[in-house]
Amino acid sequence: MTDAAPKIRIRDLHKAFVDKVVLAGTDLDVGVGESVVVIGGSGTGKSVLIKCVLGLLAADSGSVQVDGEEVLGMPAAERERVNAKFGMLFQGSALFDSLPVWENVAFGLLAQKRATRAEARDIAVAKLAQVGLGPDAAVLYPAELSGGMQKRVALARAIAADPEIIFFDEPTTGLDPIMADVINDLIIKITREVGATALSITHDMASARKIAHRIAMLYGGKIIWAGPTADIDRSGNPYVEQFINGRAEGPIKMAVRK
Amino acid sequence: MNFLRLIGHVAIGFLRTTGRLGLFAVDAFSHCVRPPFYARIILRQMAEIGYFSLPVVGLTAIFAGMVMALQTYTGTSRFSAESAVANIVVLALTRELGPVLAGLMVAGRIGASLAAEIGTMRVTEQIDALTTLSTNPMKYLVSPRLIAGLLMFPLLVLVADVIGVFGGFLVAVYKLGFNAHIYVQNTYNFLEAGDVISGLVKAAVFGVIVTLMGCYHGYHSKGGAQGVGLATTNAVVSACILILAFDYILTEIFFAS
Repeated sequence: MTDAAPKIRIRDLHKAFVDKVVLAGTDLDVGVGESVVVIGGSGTGKSVLIKCVLGLLAADSGSVQVDGEEVLGMPAAERERVNAKFGMLFQGSALFDSLPVWENVAFGLLAQKRATRAEARDIAVAKLAQVGLGPDAAVLYPAELSGGMQKRVALARAIAADPEIIFFDEPTTGLDPIMADVINDLIIKITREVGATALSITHDMASARKIAHRIAMLYGGKIIWAGPTADIDRSGNPYVEQFINGRAEGPIKMAVRK
Repeated sequence: MNFLRLIGHVAIGFLRTTGRLGLFAVDAFSHCVRPPFYARIILRQMAEIGYFSLPVVGLTAIFAGMVMALQTYTGTSRFSAESAVANIVVLALTRELGPVLAGLMVAGRIGASLAAEIGTMRVTEQIDALTTLSTNPMKYLVSPRLIAGLLMFPLLVLVADVIGVFGGFLVAVYKLGFNAHIYVQNTYNFLEAGDVISGLVKAAVFGVIVTLMGCYHGYHSKGGAQGVGLATTNAVVSACILILAFDYILTEIFFAS
């Protein structure tokens, strides 16, 4: 828990799609340099939550403050300035398959005109080394890489512009347990090295326990429990207990259609 | 009651799509005239849309020209007006067949590939990734393609006009026994600049239609592979229909008075 002004402050966030309410008054704080992991079942709106913070989806109402600045309803030009503080690791890596690996990594730098192409290439190679990829990988295309390597490239791209806040969307989904742990270690190492604040979403409890300072559980569009990672096993909350132990029986009823 | 509801449903859906498309087009065009410009991407798209469409457009044009010559000859010979073949062929090609046939062929080629490419980028979150990397996807993806379509379609149609007339010339001279010199003379004599220019203006409009439809449907595709497939189909079908509709509207504007 931090007493200082939080890096991200989410208050009473609402988002609905046509008739389906996804976020119903979500509150969450992420302190400076803190790593918060939001857990929750599939389809509980974890992705929607971070997409609303990033501005990829327009929230219906509520407040999202980044460094004390209200970002909801911000004009596009202002929004781009705030977004320059962000880095995002997408679930499916979302690498640009028309560009070689190094241009993928350097994309944000080139877009912000913070480096020439030659400089950007050097930075890209350095960032690739940080995630354990050699310079020979820089000229390959994303389709030539394995899933684990794509994830590393995506991680290098997320940190290339030295973001203050990094978002991780299901960073370990689709990876084998060993590669998942490698990615977890990289996330911890990198967020420490650049001193970044991290907001992650996952349903992989091993990953959550490893990378989080604090864990928050999203259920029914609200954060129903939040606390330090060490307290997760004695949360006293039946929903949390059911989720972290992976039981089919409990207060959470899976919506099984047909 | 249900029948009325169905009509209302269709009408509202149509209006909603038209509105969304209009907003999309305004947004895309506003990015065409505001920096930064992605010259590298515009050039690549110009090569993709223009240069690599040349074989398709050339083949379409040469056969269109050949068929026009043959058809007008058999038609006009009924009242001994064979000498009009050259004029009719060149007018038909520059005013109509060049822009419309080239537009339809390139709609199949480019509209489909744009929708599939951008649609795949949408469903694999690459468009979201652009936004998080300080890049406006409309500016980076859509505007360069619109500019390339606007510039390259008239050039393609100019090439199609020349190749089409040449196709008509081949049939007229080598099959129907026209004198080559007189045929070329007849082609030039009655051709006005307005005939060619109206065709090129049509081509520019068709270029915008094809690229806009490809980008719009790709950009709004949903779901996985099926959504991208649907976007591709919609892009090609809507582009073809709009080309034919605008062809009529533009012809009315140019020649009706």
